[in-house]
Amino acid sequence: MGNVPSAVKHCLSYQQLLREHLWIGDSVAGALDPAQISVLINLHCFQPYVSGFSVSLAGSVASIHWETSQLSGLPEFVKIVEVGPRDGLQNEKVIVPTDIKIEFINRLSQTGLSVIEVTSFVSSRWVPQMADHTEVMKGIHQYPGVRYPVLTPNLQGFHRAVAAGATEISVFGAASESFSKKNINCSIEESMGKFEEVVKSARHMNIPARGYVSCALGCPYEGIITPQKVTEVSKRLYSMGCYEISLGDTIGVGTPGSMKRMLESVMKEIPLGALAVHCHDTYGQALANILTALQMGINVVDSAVSGLGGCPYAKGASGNVATEDLIYMLNGLGLNTGVNLYKVMEAGDFICKAVNKTTNSKVAQASFNA
Amino acid sequence: MDTLPKQVKIVEVGPRDGLQNEKNIVSTPVKIKLIDMLSEAGLSVIEATSFVSPKWVPQMADHAEVLKGIQKFPGITYPVLIPNLKGFEAAVAAGAKEVSIFGAASELFTKKNINCSIEESFQRFDAILKAAQSANISVRGYVSCVLGCPYEGKISPAKVAEVTKKFYSMGCYEISLGDTIGVGTPGIMKDMLSAVMQEVPPAALAVHCHDTYGQALANTLMALQMGVSVVDSSVAGLGGCPYAQGASGNLATEDLVYMLEGLGIHTGVNLQKLLEAGNFICQALNRKTSSKVAQATCKL
Repeated sequence: MGNVPSAVKHCLSYQQLLREHLWIGDSVAGALDPAQISVLINLHCFQPYVSGFSVSLAGSVASIHWETSQLSGLPEFVKIVEVGPRDGLQNEKVIVPTDIKIEFINRLSQTGLSVIEVTSFVSSRWVPQMADHTEVMKGIHQYPGVRYPVLTPNLQGFHRAVAAGATEISVFGAASESFSKKNINCSIEESMGKFEEVVKSARHMNIPARGYVSCALGCPYEGIITPQKVTEVSKRLYSMGCYEISLGDTIGVGTPGSMKRMLESVMKEIPLGALAVHCHDTYGQALANILTALQMGINVVDSAVSGLGGCPYAKGASGNVATEDLIYMLNGLGLNTGVNLYKVMEAGDFICKAVNKTTNSKVAQASFNA
Repeated sequence: MDTLPKQVKIVEVGPRDGLQNEKNIVSTPVKIKLIDMLSEAGLSVIEATSFVSPKWVPQMADHAEVLKGIQKFPGITYPVLIPNLKGFEAAVAAGAKEVSIFGAASELFTKKNINCSIEESFQRFDAILKAAQSANISVRGYVSCVLGCPYEGKISPAKVAEVTKKFYSMGCYEISLGDTIGVGTPGIMKDMLSAVMQEVPPAALAVHCHDTYGQALANTLMALQMGVSVVDSSVAGLGGCPYAQGASGNLATEDLVYMLEGLGIHTGVNLQKLLEAGNFICQALNRKTSSKVAQATCKL
């Protein structure tokens, strides 16, 4: 910038910018009442460009898409899978009390998010943060229209999850033999055997199962991972009955080029509609990688509010991509998410205070300190 | 990524745009050492300082000493910011071979920033460009607020194109399009560049993305996909944002280099040496780096 003096002069407050200056639009379908929604639909919804106008809805903090610039080829709707309570908290050092976790998830349920990964039915010996999985699962309020998947590494975990009220589960594979060995103490092939048991039981009980493939763009032990290997593992999970496969850049080493090559390979074997990306922001590449995935037609993206979670493989590094920053980008691109950015920021503020850490979300940093 | 450039020129603005927005004043020897370390990291353009009045920007008060004190490596250019003819003359006297001028695509921003209208600012710049031409000094133009303005809000791509075209026709060899408050997202970046590229050749354009809302790298990627091959960034992501207390500033050079290397795009930059420069300045400023790559590779 040029000769900007250090004192800020009379500019729009950031609250104002976010609420009224509408290119930072906010898709708020979940937060509006039906009358308000119909106003929106009549006014603008399905047009690529909106010439400037402003609608104020009494009593609502909603703002409306002003200028949404739709890049051609992008999906119109993106489903965000919120993994903060599980992937995020799992990698936070401070153990969060059960009631805080429950409050956190309840707040997330009111933001418009439609999928919130709640906890992990792993042994508390391995993941102490998730020791209270049963209490959390039983304690949360399950809002209609929101799904609450839980991680289940094996049949025992699966049965516990179901007993606690879980109606959706996830299994975690990896595209790296070394990672699989170090993480779950068995080879990829052996892990697939275990997952098959879980997924079959789940399907038998009409419980949807989501599959994760870790190290999709690189492994902390093996380094480069071939797209072919990712495809092979994804295909195994898909054919055993996982309805969706989340491709995870576990250590955040990927860049748009490697993301593209990996997706090109996987998309030859698995339908686009069954794929998701799960990008870690360890090297600041997450949003650029997600943009690349969107440009290839992917329309399911995992993220964690406040960018919760560090990286167990790079001390001091950041973890998941922040849901707030993701929503900001999607809103700007004119893509619908159904999620209210402000409410997500508030949930993020809540959990950061509870965990006594500063947020990893740049949007939150720019907004809350202003 | 078939349409991406094979190489990208990185314009390192840490010593100027970065430091300018840092609260802690850094000594002249530290600034000089930073710039020397950046030179050794392989960057080919390093914006060294700003010949503005120390009353406005105390951090840049030592502009002449810095420019005289740095090692001038062959093959590397060290542009300096100049707000007016007086600054231009002082810069030339101190040995500057390239200067940058700052305009904006927003009337209100121009008024608040340099106390005149966009049209009046062009008249000032014209005088500078004429003087620069006589002295054989290259001039780079910056256009601020290209994706949004803290005072006006939305900025039309047509306005950005108009201002950019004016700079180009006045004689700026390159125009850096700045998302000054980091509000832009890739679609808006694309629209803005589409409008500008109808008036100015892509080779004369650069993007300067702030990471206030975490969008900088995604926006930069979009610009590369559109054919831009010059990107501004700041080592360690130095600089905050005067319009959003607590917010981050420039795109971190380390994170940019990481992406470009991953894409197989040549930059000429040695990431390891760059990390060292970033580490050095963060210690001097007593702050943590804003670069995620630096955070991930540091040994705690």
